[in-house]
Order: sequence, then C-alpha cells, then structure tokens
Amino acid sequence: MNAILKVEGLKVEFDHPLGAVKAVDDVSFALQPGERLGLAGESGSGKSTMALSLLRMIKPPGRITAGRVSLDGTELSALDHEAMRHLRLAGIAMVPQGSMNSLNPVIRIKAQFADAFRDHGLKLSSAELDARVAELLRTVGLRPHVADLYPHELSGGMKQRACIAIAICLRPKVIIADEPTSALDVVVQRQVMETLARVQRDLGCAIILVGHDMGLMAQFVDRLGVMYAGRLVELAPIAEIITRPRHPYTQALISSLPSLEKRGAMQGIPGLAPLLRDLPPGCAFHPRCPRAEARCTTEKPAVREVAPNQQAACHFA
Amino acid sequence: MTPLLEAKHVSKHYGANTALSDLSMSIDTSKPAITAVVGESGSGKTTLARIILGLVPPSEGQVLYQGQDMARLSGTERRQFRRDVQAVFQDPYEVYNPFYRVDHVLTTPVRNFNLASSRAEGRTMIENALRAVGLRPEEILGRYPHQLSGGQRQRIMVARAVLMKPKLIVADEPVSMVDASLRATILTSLRKLTDEMGISIIYITHDLATAYQVSDNILVMYRACVAEAGAVERVVKHPQHPYTQLLISSIPQVSTTRDWLDDEGDQKTAATPSAHGCRFVDRCPVAMPKCSTTLPPLYRTEPARAAACFQHEASPTLPNGALNEVLTPTPS
Ligand SMILES: Nc1ncnc2c1ncn2[C@@H]1O[C@H](COP(=O)(O)OP(=O)(O)OP(=O)(O)O)[C@@H](O)[C@H]1O
Ligand SMILES: Nc1ncnc2c1ncn2[C@@H]1O[C@H](COP(=O)(O)OP(=O)(O)OP(=O)(O)O)[C@@H](O)[C@H]1O
Ligand code: SF4
Ligand code: SF4
Ligand SMILES: [Mg+2]
Ligand SMILES: [Mg+2]
Repeated sequence: MNAILKVEGLKVEFDHPLGAVKAVDDVSFALQPGERLGLAGESGSGKSTMALSLLRMIKPPGRITAGRVSLDGTELSALDHEAMRHLRLAGIAMVPQGSMNSLNPVIRIKAQFADAFRDHGLKLSSAELDARVAELLRTVGLRPHVADLYPHELSGGMKQRACIAIAICLRPKVIIADEPTSALDVVVQRQVMETLARVQRDLGCAIILVGHDMGLMAQFVDRLGVMYAGRLVELAPIAEIITRPRHPYTQALISSLPSLEKRGAMQGIPGLAPLLRDLPPGCAFHPRCPRAEARCTTEKPAVREVAPNQQAACHFA
Repeated sequence: MTPLLEAKHVSKHYGANTALSDLSMSIDTSKPAITAVVGESGSGKTTLARIILGLVPPSEGQVLYQGQDMARLSGTERRQFRRDVQAVFQDPYEVYNPFYRVDHVLTTPVRNFNLASSRAEGRTMIENALRAVGLRPEEILGRYPHQLSGGQRQRIMVARAVLMKPKLIVADEPVSMVDASLRATILTSLRKLTDEMGISIIYITHDLATAYQVSDNILVMYRACVAEAGAVERVVKHPQHPYTQLLISSIPQVSTTRDWLDDEGDQKTAATPSAHGCRFVDRCPVAMPKCSTTLPPLYRTEPARAAACFQHEASPTLPNGALNEVLTPTPS
C-alpha cells in the first residue's frame, strides 16, 4: 500500500547563541491511509515541533535543516505559500497543543468557524453556516448555542472540542491532533475520541495523535512512535509497545505508568532529560539507561528493524 | 484553630449559568493533606480554585483567610495571603508575559518576598526548584516562554509554587502536558512537600490514576455540585455515585483489550438536565421518579465519605458545610 504521508530524515533545529537546539533529529516514518499513529515520549522531546514541521509551520529561529515530507505523493517543500496554506486544513489539519488558547477571544465561536471556511474559499449563506456549525458542534458533543458564545464563556474542555470541530471542518486527509484531550474528563475524552474515530471513518483519513496518555494510546492508535531527545527511538504496533517494548526508554516509560490497583507505587525515570543543544555522545539516553554499556557512550545507535514491523534505536534492543 | 482558608457556601453564577453551587470546605494547616478535585469538564473545578485564590469573587457566600473575609483584607494581610497560598494555573500560556524571559516568574517572587539573603542564594533556590520538576536550569533559564514546550512551561509554574514554600498550593491541572514518568516525579515531590513540610495541596486533575496515587481525599464534581467526596482509596475503588462510577469505568486502560471506544456507557449527553432534581438524572441508569424533582443532599455513607444520590438515603445526610468531616488525611 502507498503511504499517505511519508517523512524521511526530518531535522529541525532552533538557533541558540550557545549552540543549535536539535529538537527533531533525523526522524523517518510512513503513515498508511486510514492509519492511527500515536506519538508519545518525554516532555520536550520534539513531538510538537515534529508535528508543526510536517506543515512547515516552524517559526524562526527554528528551521527545517533536512528531510522530506510528502503527502499523497506530493513533496511539500515544492508547494508555494498559497498551496501550503490551503493544504493546512484541507490536506493535513492540525489541532495544535493548547489550541483552545489560540481561539480569538473577541469573536464568537460561530465567527471562528466562518473565518476558517472563508480562509479556504468556502462561501456559505448564513443559514448554511448556522447548520454546518451546529452539526460540527454536535459531532464534538457541544450544544448548538455554543456557536453564539465567546471563548471565555466556555470551560477548557468545551474550547478544546470547538477547536477539534474547526480542524475537521474541511474534511482533511490527515488530522494531527496534539494532546487534544488532555484537558478533558475521561467521559468526554471518550466522546471526543469516538468523534475522531467517526470522522476518520467518514473521511477515510489518517490520524497522528500526539499525547502522553498511554491508556488513550492503547485504546486508540494502531502504532505508536516514542520520541526521546529529538529522535524516534521506537516505532511499533501498540500491542507490542505495551507488552514487549524493546527500547529501554520505552520500557522505563511503560513501567512508570500509575496504577489504579495499588497506591504509593509511583516512580519516574531517574535523572533529567539531556540538554538538546549539547547531547551526550553516543546514545542520548545512556546517562539514564539501566542497560547502558561502554559502547553506548561513544556509538550512536541507528534506527533498525528489531522485529517484523518494529523498529528501535538501541544497540541491544 | 482558625483554618488557613475557609470557603463558606460559595456559589458562582455567570449570567444564567451556575458554575459552582453552594460549596463549603476549609484548609486546616494542622492537618496537611492532598485533596484531589476531579470531575466533568466545566463542572466548576477551576471556578472553585479561582474563588479560593481570591481571583474571582463568589456570587454568594464568602471566603475567609485566617478568619478574615478575603474581600476585606488589609494590604499586609493580602501580602501574607499571596505568600501562603500559591497557584499553579491550568493554562500555562496565560501566566507568562511573552516579553519577559521565564526567569522573571521565578526571580520576582524571590525578590518580592525576600526568600533569599543573597543573589547567589536566590539563584541556587531557583535551580533546585527547577531540578525538582525535572528541568535543567541551564536549558530553561534565559529563554522566552514561546521557546519552551508545553510541559516545560507547566513545570516552571510548579517550580515557582515549590520555591515559595507556601502553606497551600492550589494546582489546577499541573501536569496535564507532561509524560507519565515526569508526572510521577513531580507528584512524588509534591507529596514530599505535604509529608515533610506540612504543605496542603488541592490537586485539580482529569488524571484519576495519579489522583489515586498521590492524594488523601477526593472531591468529585458534576455540574457545579459535589457528587461524591471522601477518602481516595474508598471512592476510587468503590464509587457510590453513578457519575463517579461512570467516570471510573471510562478510564482508558493500558491494555491490549480494546473495549474503550465501543463501550455504550454514556449515550444521553445531549439531554437537558432537570432544573430542580438531581443534576445527573438525564444520564443516570438507576434514576428514580423523585430524582427529577428533588435535589439529593450528600449522604454520609461511611465515616470518610459521602455521596449525593438518593440510592444512599438510608444513610444520614451530611449537613451542607460539613464536607470537611469526610475529608481527612490518610492515617499513616
Ligand atoms: N523557539 C525555540 N527556541 C529554542 N528551543 C525551542 C524553541 N521551541 C521549542 N524549543 C525546544 O525544542 C524542544 C522540543 O519542543 P516540543 O515543543 O516539540 O516538545 P514536545 O515533545 O512537544 O514536549 P511536550 O510534551 O512538553 O509538549 C524542547 O526542548 C523545547 O525547549
Ligand atoms: N469568565 C466566565 N464567564 C462566563 N462563564 C464562565 C466563565 N468562567 C467559567 N465559566 C463557566 O463556568 C462553568 C465552569 O467552568 P470551570 O472552568 O470552572 O470548569 P472546570 O471544571 O474547570 O472545567 P475543565 O475541566 O474543562 O477545566 C463552565 O460552564 C464555564 O463555561
Ligand atoms: S543504546 Fe545503550 S544506552 Fe542507548 S538505550 Fe540502548 S542500551 Fe541504553
Ligand atoms: S439521585 Fe437519582 S438520578 Fe441522581 S445519581 Fe442518584 S439515582 Fe441517579
Ligand atoms: Mg508538545
Ligand atoms: Mg478547569
């Protein structure tokens, strides 16, 4: 099958007076049509930056220094400004991290939809707009009267749902959702994820879900990519990640998950995430890795196939 | 002893919308504890936090700080309040001034409250607080807010609260944007603050597993009201209110059994709630006729818990205002 989205050797750096911050370091993966890919990993490991770079939405001092991204066979770096703008809702739609804060505070929700439609050349009568907005709000579990409210009149959760509704309004091929439900209660989380699943079925689109909730990943995605210090250190079917994680970072992450069975059993991975502008030599995880050996301190592990359909960047995975 | 902070019958209305309905609770520093506040999105958790922090005035009721009405504190008392009670806001974007380096949010309190005797001491305190939340000072200091990831910004706010060594921390979703390992690290260090320094914490969250791990008590909110409250072990393991039951059973499990999305558990979300009866009646699988006409009070079903549901009406009612009787530190 042909991948809908193909990412090869992607690198993103932020210029910094003390040295470039390597936020995304040589990331490659392919997304199949209709696939649900999860992206998890340490806070600050480059997930959001990677997601934004797929849409070329990185702002200076950040820049994409290497790599190719293609959507449905079209190389995105070849697109002009206008084509890229259109692609940003109709091709790959993004629900950015904390997007509920980027709603315009002085206009009503309905007008925010109208703006998105207008930006993409969609002309709707006022009655059509009302109907379309009501329908989109309903799909994300909001009542129609929300259309007439201002963002500050909604709770965090309601705003986040409105943002998802705006993102899906032009029926994209790929939806990237960056922590779309971390501000919602689990009952509403489930409704939103059911909505995403339904939208996905209807549109036949693929989803990249960025997030920290392993339960949500376990229940929703087909494959999970795990990032550490800018690299995709493991990529495998979700069941493999849960039951047989191969990379020591993934293993540590899985074993730090809080339990609902026994209290007082919570423990994080010791040590701090590395400095991205001055990564440790060899494997970036070696100062914290329980399995590190001499080789790990000098030789950077390449991403390799460790099992069918499962890749990891570790000498011993 | 006068409690540090006491909310008495506070309500908040926004137009016709009730964000918080008649809630009373107090924070007693002689019994330091972590109280988790969980519940529906929009149920009034942030509103409660903002009222306790004196950021919005209640529409009804009052908040007392050391016995004094918050609305009438003197300048000195207000300053003491800002020292004693620290907030970690739900929205880490809102707090930062985009034109200042993030150092500003850390150095300002150190200076304003004379936390350090020298510049160097202040610097060390800040660096230690950053490391306690898993951040590298050399990576973070000197940066502007937009140069940090979501979870990094959130953790700086936690570091700030820790730095102040207050008597109470009101943390609204302090770790919603960080990974499981860091959540564990940060919450474990917050737990230490409670156990070793007697700092009480109100932990507002949607993450029931960490709430279960770190808190003593839990308050479950539904549509502006307390649905259930009590010792976290009992409430999470044996929820008694149908909303709590729905909530707990909706947690997505880290498992290869994928049954979360197909679950028909909650269907009736579009119905309008009853104006007088139980707020959960339109979604409740075990509703009785009286549920749509009468608001259930909290029933004290066990010494350390209460549920606002008529299924438990054989138990004595918990007088409104006596919520604290069921919120006690875990005996250790
Ligand atoms: N403008 C910038 N200048 C310098 N560094 C930056 C800038 N923007 C982001 N970074 C750094 O790049 C790294 C990756 O950030 P990113 O937001 O992609 O992380 P993330 O994996 O999404 O984290 P989180 O889970 O906390 O949201 C972080 O360490 C961050 O500090
Ligand atoms: N400034 C405001 N103006 C009008 N309505 C408001 C305002 N702030 C909150 N509300 C309303 O009050 C109710 C409670 O909101 P609140 O933010 O306290 O909920 P929450 O429990 O914190 O939700 P979440 O879990 O989504 O953060 C919501 O219905 C919200 O729309
Ligand atoms: S390469 Fe070495 S240090 Fe890196 S994860 Fe594997 S064992 Fe650990
Ligand atoms: S009071 Fe009635 S409607 Fe409300 S939760 Fe209990 S049984 Fe259900
Ligand atoms: Mg991010
Ligand atoms: Mg809130």
